[in-house]
Amino acid sequence: MAHDTKFTNQEFKIVGTRPLRPDGVDKVTGRAKYGADAFAPGQLVGVVLRSPHAHAKIKKIDTSKAEKLKGVKAVITSADLPDLTKGDRGMLDTLENCMARGRALYDGHAVAAVAAIDAETARKALKLIKVDYEILPHVTDVDEAMKPGAPIVQPHVRTTGVEPKPTKASNVSQVTEFGHGDVEAGFARADVVIERSYKTEQTHQGYIEPHACLASVGPDGQGELWVTTQGHFTFRTVCATLLGMDIAKLKVTSSEIGGGFGGKTHVWVEPLALALSRKANRPVKLVMTRDEVFRATGPTCSTSIDVKIGATKDGRITAAKATLRYQDGAFPSIWGMLGAMTSWACYDLENVKSIGYDVLVNRPKVAAYRAPSAPMAAFAVESTMDLVAAEIGMDPVDFRIKNAAKEGTRASYGPTYGPIGIGPTLQAAKNHPHMKAPLKKNQGRGMACGFWFNFGGQTCTDLNIGTDGTVSLTVGTVDVGGARASLSLIAAEELGIPYERVKCTIGDTASLGHNDTTEGSRGTFSSGMATIFAARNAIEVLKERAAKTWDIDVADVEWRNGSAVALRAEHGNLNELTLAELAAASPRTGGPIAGHNEVVADGAGVSFATHICDIEVDPETGKTQVIRYTVIQDAGKAIHPDYVEGQFQGAAAQGIGWALNEEYVYGADGRLQNAGFLDYRIPVCSDLPFIDTQILEIPNPNHPYGVRGVGETSIVPPLAAIANAVSNAAGVRMTHIPMSPPRILKAIKTAQRERTAG
Amino acid sequence: MSGIHVATTINGDAVEYVCDPRETLLDVLRNRLGLTGAKEGCGTGDCGACSVTLDGRLVCACLVLGAEAQGREVTTVEGLSIDGALHPLQTQFIAHAALQCGICTPGFLVAAKALLDRNPDPNEQEIRYALAGNLCRCTGYDKIVRAVSAAAKDVRKKQR
Amino acid sequence: MRYEAPTTTKEAAGLLAKAKGSAFLLAGGTDLLVRLKSGLVEPDLLVDVKRIPSMQTMTRTSAGFRIGAAVPCAVLGENAALKKAWPGVVEAANLIGSDQIQSRCTIAGNLCNASPAADSVPAMVAAGAKAIVVGPKGRRTVAVEEVVTGPGKTSLKKGEIIEAITLPKPAPKSGDAYLRFIPRTEMDIAVVSAGVNLTLGPKGVIKRARVVLGAVGPTVLLVAAAAKAIVGTRLDDAALEKLASACEAACRPIDDKRGTIEFRTEVAGVLARRAARIAYQRAGGK
Repeated sequence: MAHDTKFTNQEFKIVGTRPLRPDGVDKVTGRAKYGADAFAPGQLVGVVLRSPHAHAKIKKIDTSKAEKLKGVKAVITSADLPDLTKGDRGMLDTLENCMARGRALYDGHAVAAVAAIDAETARKALKLIKVDYEILPHVTDVDEAMKPGAPIVQPHVRTTGVEPKPTKASNVSQVTEFGHGDVEAGFARADVVIERSYKTEQTHQGYIEPHACLASVGPDGQGELWVTTQGHFTFRTVCATLLGMDIAKLKVTSSEIGGGFGGKTHVWVEPLALALSRKANRPVKLVMTRDEVFRATGPTCSTSIDVKIGATKDGRITAAKATLRYQDGAFPSIWGMLGAMTSWACYDLENVKSIGYDVLVNRPKVAAYRAPSAPMAAFAVESTMDLVAAEIGMDPVDFRIKNAAKEGTRASYGPTYGPIGIGPTLQAAKNHPHMKAPLKKNQGRGMACGFWFNFGGQTCTDLNIGTDGTVSLTVGTVDVGGARASLSLIAAEELGIPYERVKCTIGDTASLGHNDTTEGSRGTFSSGMATIFAARNAIEVLKERAAKTWDIDVADVEWRNGSAVALRAEHGNLNELTLAELAAASPRTGGPIAGHNEVVADGAGVSFATHICDIEVDPETGKTQVIRYTVIQDAGKAIHPDYVEGQFQGAAAQGIGWALNEEYVYGADGRLQNAGFLDYRIPVCSDLPFIDTQILEIPNPNHPYGVRGVGETSIVPPLAAIANAVSNAAGVRMTHIPMSPPRILKAIKTAQRERTAG
Repeated sequence: MSGIHVATTINGDAVEYVCDPRETLLDVLRNRLGLTGAKEGCGTGDCGACSVTLDGRLVCACLVLGAEAQGREVTTVEGLSIDGALHPLQTQFIAHAALQCGICTPGFLVAAKALLDRNPDPNEQEIRYALAGNLCRCTGYDKIVRAVSAAAKDVRKKQR
Repeated sequence: MRYEAPTTTKEAAGLLAKAKGSAFLLAGGTDLLVRLKSGLVEPDLLVDVKRIPSMQTMTRTSAGFRIGAAVPCAVLGENAALKKAWPGVVEAANLIGSDQIQSRCTIAGNLCNASPAADSVPAMVAAGAKAIVVGPKGRRTVAVEEVVTGPGKTSLKKGEIIEAITLPKPAPKSGDAYLRFIPRTEMDIAVVSAGVNLTLGPKGVIKRARVVLGAVGPTVLLVAAAAKAIVGTRLDDAALEKLASACEAACRPIDDKRGTIEFRTEVAGVLARRAARIAYQRAGGK
């Protein structure tokens, strides 16, 4: 069936209002069940032994003493996880990341696991496992890893994207290039050329809920997995493949999720829990400690980026080039490529080039972190934009407006834009009262723009109408932030019934067809689209039932405000039939009424944001305080404005932490030194002011309501917005993220010395 | 292993359990008593997701031994609503969209209640500093602070 | 592991003295439980002192204040008389961690945990606090700066426990203050800290001073040269400069994940200056 996806600029009755979320009461009473909140009779405690070395050959693992300890029911190593990936390198990398195969590749890399009757026994068992390591040289810095002679992380890797094809192993797994035009010619005719290099340190998504699962595999090869995840269908596919189970025979139920932000899109310990359960023939509950979460899940990249911008003195950019080096951890991935793609997405450029390097180091396998790769690239680009604007004496907002991408712009990463929000967010920023607020001593204001692609993906929903007219909506995208409310709003809007009559649940893998992971800001966008189509399918059935009841042609039936209405004068005597009435009659008119939809939700709309912030810098200590922060972002259509605001604020808060204090600190020994919330410093309540938000709605023409994904874009601008504010407050240009007080103070002191010397 | 027998009061109910000396109150609440509202976010007292009150004082249950609850009074998020009626904090958290994933919410509610019990009319800064021991990664704290203010007003109205 | 909850100090000290294997005191537990769970310590015996009445009380006498070793820092902050007499000590104690930690942590525990960055210690040392130690050989009193001997190490012998911390009655025209540097607004371990206690003579001239730095050496540093720099002055800019320089010169910090040597040294001087100003105002100076 062809779906009408054209945005029709409709008036909404329910969408856009702010009702209470359906899972709210469970969450405020402690009833909601997260990953670690499930219990099974006879369950065992699973724990993981992890490498204390950044890079080491595993010569031998002796588990005999551990296996003999009373209360231990299973011990596994990579020997219990044979390679069933049939040449799928990505799957093999996943398997190897879950448990080392002959080599420990980072501090925290799993080498063995135990299931025992209680935590104390399990921990004792870990101590009894003897691992014979041969320590190898390691490398943890992205630039160091690219130097000749650097320790090689993956000997099988040959750099792709370079000619001639290399024959020697490299830590550069791929080089990618994007852009168009002739940047050298562009720089040649520029009046001003600014070139700078930047570094950003590694950060973690920092979700408050550690990874946790309860796995149960029976002797018949069937299994169940309760897990906190952003994608239970993806987890099912991966776990079944790695364990050699039939996909349909592994039922994965997603618990409520205590934060993901991209970090729970991959398996880390789940295959281990399943393997332990299979070996022990008992359920195994495996909960990661906070230390393990930092050391052995998927943080984002640390980067090293060079940016060059040339412009005429009236503010037109003539050429823009970025060279981006991203470390992917110990396994090849695409994060450098994504950085290269997003770098210049906000601007309309004649000559533009981005070169992205994906580099291997002895660190954990990088996973997505909310608009992955974009924040670092934006930090480098948007900082340089301010430098160029200052050099030509132009207001930074005006400079960006002059060069902003618009409908019809050929994006630096390839496609041509439809209607987009970058111009409107910049205009809104220019006119925002924040821009006119007075600044006190030692305070500076900065702004920056950001972009994210957003994704669609495979989606499947079921809409079932109960005989009392209430609606069960089952979706397959995990609800990470309140989407059940938005999806209920959409179903209610389509059907024309009150919001309270819809109950939205996340179905397990046995209940629906495949749903892609909740990532790429696709949850509301794609499940929303599938909900619309499922509702419209149900409406077709409702109309048929009305036609049957009235004994008229279904072509004469219209669905209006929650009721079937008979058209045409000759049917004027027929009273409306409400959804509830049709539902009540359904056992006699043909059985249960439902609508179903599978869709690959194409046409996700890109989302742009402009942020403004005021920072105060203590010039004697380098300490920063966020005085004021404003997020302006295009949402296409805000289904539930409270939750759209929540995404803006939460993303901005993560960006603020990233900009000011969060970083992975590695020692010379390649070990992570701050694997806890004490020294991995995310913002606390007293660190932040209220975060103002302004939702713009430039409809996405590819979605029936104009929806764009909103969850990710606002983590992109803060690094540069704050860097620009710090620069204006303290008179120093910061090129290293995070801008922690020691770095800022050092920059201030250096500048002071240069001023007195010069 | 020698278990310690503990007789305590939890959310007003008399409760007895046997626990290992090394078990924390958080372990006991979650694994022995089925009170999974308190969450383990870090195990080191840095995130506040396990906040409960002990003899009326706000504590991290992960840093209290199960044995220490002997003869004391513990309240958890499960004890916040009275006879099924939500506390104004709970109502306002939902109304203000002060939760997204909700994992930190039980800890915030217990901490906010402890604040309102000692300061019924806190200003923004007082709220922020009182809640500094509770980490949230989803909301940026904005709507949480607003919800606490609104709830404080509700509680003051009720008490008049 | 054995857990005991005695009801007298003598009993507690006796348990520790007789313990075979490793024995630890449990007061607030906010340091000990973290170390226990990370495997850094594996106690055979934990002695919980929170059921000992003499450790749970705080009393005020003509000589000053006696704070039982099991009194949580939150309680210190609720004592109006203590806040008035020693605002610096109280603000230092109240900076240790979140409200959740404040309900449990104690200044005696903070002292005996012997972290170089402990918040309460610089202020206690500046104030001239003493520890009442109970052990197999009876009771003794010792200046708090003599309790800590190095990171994680104290001068207490096996079987000795601190029963209380005492603070003298402040001399007239005295004021104390404590400042610490942390990158966030809360929840961080001090990167560098300064505690200053001043007594003024006539005309607002500083008569006595104690300047103590934290987190810039293996133990806190009682910087005599810094005190000398401001005694006899009205804390004018020149005196403050000398104070800051003396502090920078005395620093012996390390580079670690919380701060660099350069940063700690620089900011030690800044904080000492600012703390001195606050203490001066509290002492009645202008």
